[in-house]
Amino acid sequence: MIKFNNVTKYYSGGIVALDNINIHIEKGEFVFIVGQSGAGKSTFVKMLLKEEPPTKGEIIIDDMKINDLHRRRVPHLRRKMGVVFQDFRLLPKKTVYENVAYSMEIIGAKPKEVRKRVPLILSMVGLSNRANVYPDQLSGGEQQRVSMARAMINNPTLLIADEPTGNLDPETSWEIMRLLKQFNRNGTTVVMATHDQNIVDAMKMRVIQLENGKIIRDQVKGGY
Amino acid sequence: MKYYSVSETLKSLFRNRMMSFASITSVAASLLILGIIMSVILNINSFSEGIKHQFDSIDVYIQEDLTQNEILTLGDSIQNINGVHSVIFETKDQALENLKIDFEDYSYLLEGLEYNPFPNTYIINLEDVIYADSIVNQLKNLEGIEEVKYYKDLINRIIDLTSYVRNIGLVLTLFLAAIATFIINNTIKLTINARRREISIMKYVGATSWYIRWPFILEGTILGFIGALISTGIIYLIYSYSFQLFTTQFYVVIAAYMLNVKTIVNEILTLNIIIGTGIGALGSMVSIRKYLNV
Repeated sequence: MIKFNNVTKYYSGGIVALDNINIHIEKGEFVFIVGQSGAGKSTFVKMLLKEEPPTKGEIIIDDMKINDLHRRRVPHLRRKMGVVFQDFRLLPKKTVYENVAYSMEIIGAKPKEVRKRVPLILSMVGLSNRANVYPDQLSGGEQQRVSMARAMINNPTLLIADEPTGNLDPETSWEIMRLLKQFNRNGTTVVMATHDQNIVDAMKMRVIQLENGKIIRDQVKGGY
Repeated sequence: MKYYSVSETLKSLFRNRMMSFASITSVAASLLILGIIMSVILNINSFSEGIKHQFDSIDVYIQEDLTQNEILTLGDSIQNINGVHSVIFETKDQALENLKIDFEDYSYLLEGLEYNPFPNTYIINLEDVIYADSIVNQLKNLEGIEEVKYYKDLINRIIDLTSYVRNIGLVLTLFLAAIATFIINNTIKLTINARRREISIMKYVGATSWYIRWPFILEGTILGFIGALISTGIIYLIYSYSFQLFTTQFYVVIAAYMLNVKTIVNEILTLNIIIGTGIGALGSMVSIRKYLNV
């Protein structure tokens, strides 16, 4: 599903964000990327989204080398994956329903299909009664559930979560983790960057630990 | 691709109503100033054109002792000169009558005349003022002419004035149009800047650049269009009022050349809509570009 072959990323000023990284993630896996701030987690996520190109090495997602993917093809790469961010990133002037529907509309889904699927996924994340509310009227946990619904509406094979529980209290965090686990059980590959020790320890999933841009641990069923 | 309707765009404009209101106000204000200056310039232009037509004629005084036939032959010869639009024959009696009508209040002064001092006259209307000199030169070769009268200096001065006004007007209009363009473009930039996060989120969920761009372009176009309508509406009110004022109360001389409300509003509406919607659409397209590279 995801292959990083000898990936190195320098930022201007000689900062080494990723240093010769090799990662292989198979279809259907659930992988934690852990490490302190500045260890390279964010850069790793940016590489997956092709927000930044690597300085060296190659990145393959779903059998497609994305290094030299044309700028215009980037949206198509992003449609293969659902993305969840720490700061939710919902469209402020669109309702919960419209935020989720937007993801379907951009891939050209039929309105009939949209009207059928959006309520379904909203009920899955437990927000059926909040469909016509704007994001700023929701709690953090609710906003993150909307963004999960948005990420999963098109049934992507890959879900990338960048510190999805970073702004949430422990209880709400577990709701999000339950949803992630559920999506993973249905076959979606989940890559989650986090520094939430409790969650990583409790989930017993594969853990890749980064430090100063290097992999210092890659452990199946690991803890933090 | 989702079909973006006008109602969809209006919905978005309403949800961003603070920014929409600010943009429309700024567009309307810039176009209002441009429109007011435009209407003044158009009127000055029409005034000087009108004046020019008043004086683009040449009077040919015919010698007293010419026979009827000789007068007719002379008329034909004049008609054949290049640049002559039409020739009108005015008898000396008509000339006197006209003077009496023009100066009705002072006609008693003319009562005392023992004979009619006016000559028979051919009045030549020119195709254009620029032919004046060459026509006068050719008239000199014809027999039976007492004198040729035309307002050479005045005509030249009017020609100068007209082109001067036209040039100044053109420069001023271009200058103001540039300023309006700048202001509108800046407003659009601010509007889009306020929504840059929204744009980056759209990119993150996999929307293509054009998919994101279209609604913004439509919104910019509609903002510009509404601004153009409002400014033209205000100009309509101001101009109708001034027109009323000038034609009924003030100087009739000016009012006679004042362009009517419909002409002005048509001209300015066209200009405002072109600038408003044009900059609205283009400005949105250009401003959004730098936020699309995520």
